[in-house]
Amino acid sequence: MSANSNRNPLPTNRRRFLQDAARAAGACAVAGMAITKLATDARALPVQAIRPPGALPEEDFLAACIRCGLCVRDCPYDTLVLAELGYDGPATGTPFFTARNIPCEMCDDIPCVKACPTGALDKGLTNIDDADMGLAVLIDEEHCLNALGLRCDVCYRVCPVIDKAITLERRHNERSGHHAIFMPVVHSDHCTGCGKCEKSCVLPNESAIKVLPMRVAQAEAAEHYKLGWEDRNPLVDELIDLPDRLPGPGTDNLVAPGGYLPSGIEGMPDPSMEGGFAPSYGLPGTGGAGQ
Amino acid sequence: MSEKTALPVGQEAIEDKGWWLAHKFLILRRITQAGFLVLFLLGPWFGIWWVKGNLAGSLTFDVLPLTDPLVLLQSMFAQHWPETTAIIGALIVGVAYALIGGRVYCSWVCPINPVTDAAHWLHDRLGFAKGWQPKRGTRYWVLGMVFAVSALTGTIAWEFVNPISMLHRGLIFGMGFAWAFVLAVFLFDLVVSRRGWCGHLCPVGAFYGLLGTGSVLRVSAVKRADCDDCMDCFAVCPEMHVITPALRGAEGDTPLILSSDCTNCGRCIDVCAPDVFKFTTRFDDTPAPARAVRRKPKRQPEASRAA
Repeated sequence: MSANSNRNPLPTNRRRFLQDAARAAGACAVAGMAITKLATDARALPVQAIRPPGALPEEDFLAACIRCGLCVRDCPYDTLVLAELGYDGPATGTPFFTARNIPCEMCDDIPCVKACPTGALDKGLTNIDDADMGLAVLIDEEHCLNALGLRCDVCYRVCPVIDKAITLERRHNERSGHHAIFMPVVHSDHCTGCGKCEKSCVLPNESAIKVLPMRVAQAEAAEHYKLGWEDRNPLVDELIDLPDRLPGPGTDNLVAPGGYLPSGIEGMPDPSMEGGFAPSYGLPGTGGAGQ
Repeated sequence: MSEKTALPVGQEAIEDKGWWLAHKFLILRRITQAGFLVLFLLGPWFGIWWVKGNLAGSLTFDVLPLTDPLVLLQSMFAQHWPETTAIIGALIVGVAYALIGGRVYCSWVCPINPVTDAAHWLHDRLGFAKGWQPKRGTRYWVLGMVFAVSALTGTIAWEFVNPISMLHRGLIFGMGFAWAFVLAVFLFDLVVSRRGWCGHLCPVGAFYGLLGTGSVLRVSAVKRADCDDCMDCFAVCPEMHVITPALRGAEGDTPLILSSDCTNCGRCIDVCAPDVFKFTTRFDDTPAPARAVRRKPKRQPEASRAA
């Protein structure tokens, strides 16, 4: 040690300071990595855990929620609870609810959002109908009584946004051949994720309809997709032209699927193809041209 | 050092001042700790909602918001700008502790303090060695680590492991397995490191210590000339290094304990038979003559180590 210090030109106290600092920094790096692991794991919020109305997206929520539980205290229906270490999935001490146990009753005055001191629950949410706690999904059509052709309708009836968030879509019952199926269909623009449908599903144990977090429940249309029946102009920013409908063979020329529209020939088939299409004449380009 | 060091700690104070005066601040402190906890428990246990929330954030009588400034600071490091309510709450807490001493939180409010005090009591009873004693600055490294992890992960990082909020929130909202963190702190202080958690590692204590660096309320060794070297104050002090500069200061040195590590627990006032210490303000300039030259000027190794 003394030989070492002779060789080392640094004064002893400065060297000791550097050594101590390096040791402390190293130890803190190890501890910090362990906490980082906990913090990143906590982002994987279980799908059954629904955050209160107005909750920021999970990664922002964990930066904003101080876990004080004031939202839990002001929830009049004891819907919200703070996650307990080891029992509940969300980050320890953060608020959530389990729809199958106690769903959100969608209070008009949203007391939980008002109670939040930090903005983890966004005060911008003033109308509870705009809440996006999650999205109900009819997850088990094999056991849903309505999907089987019976008239349960409970999820539809309890929905606070009845006929908007859940509608019953009439379909033909292929099994019986002469009955209807009243299929519960959820509409994301009105569903708040309150979970009353999941709570009231009459099936034992798991519900056939479940509130899932938006990130799990909802797909996203690709940016360039346009639904032609909703949007009269399917062109994308005038960049993509409509395909040219060439009258040649191999195109979708419905008037004359084989190719050119014949003109001046007697016995031309009805263009609307009532009664089926049976060409009775040879068309140019057919018969093995292989286009 | 005197022959009085052979007596049990505080024995002389009990004989001279009576049991109550020799335990006054200890008892008051326990009552305060329990009182703060009961205030939070009145709601969930008895339906009296004077105080809602927990130590991280609370609302008293539906008007007074209080927020833990350290939690809020981590939130800001995680790039969330909190709403005004939380900021006002943190300012109120911050100003209060800046005046009365940041680490008053540690000794008078924190629910982990009785846990580590119990660990220390058992540690002494069992006569364990002091074990690993981290460097003085370790807790500030831990505090820096907490801010760094908060910034890196975008979360309030310390709240994932903080045994204080685990215990406090657990008692009020439901414990789960959070007791494991409390047990870990107890065992750490009992067998790994004497006064290790509160005295060396806890970043909450480090933060509140920094917050109270200029605090008005201070303990002063104003009658240090009367010190009889019984060493009881060093034995009970959770941050014993804070006593030396004040008690053993030379003529002209301030008798005020100005270290931000001092928790203002007042236990030194309790156990001192000659009443050397008292609570006062940092502006108190009562003359405090230094101690007379000692009978035995050659210091014994124990004394220097304790100092």
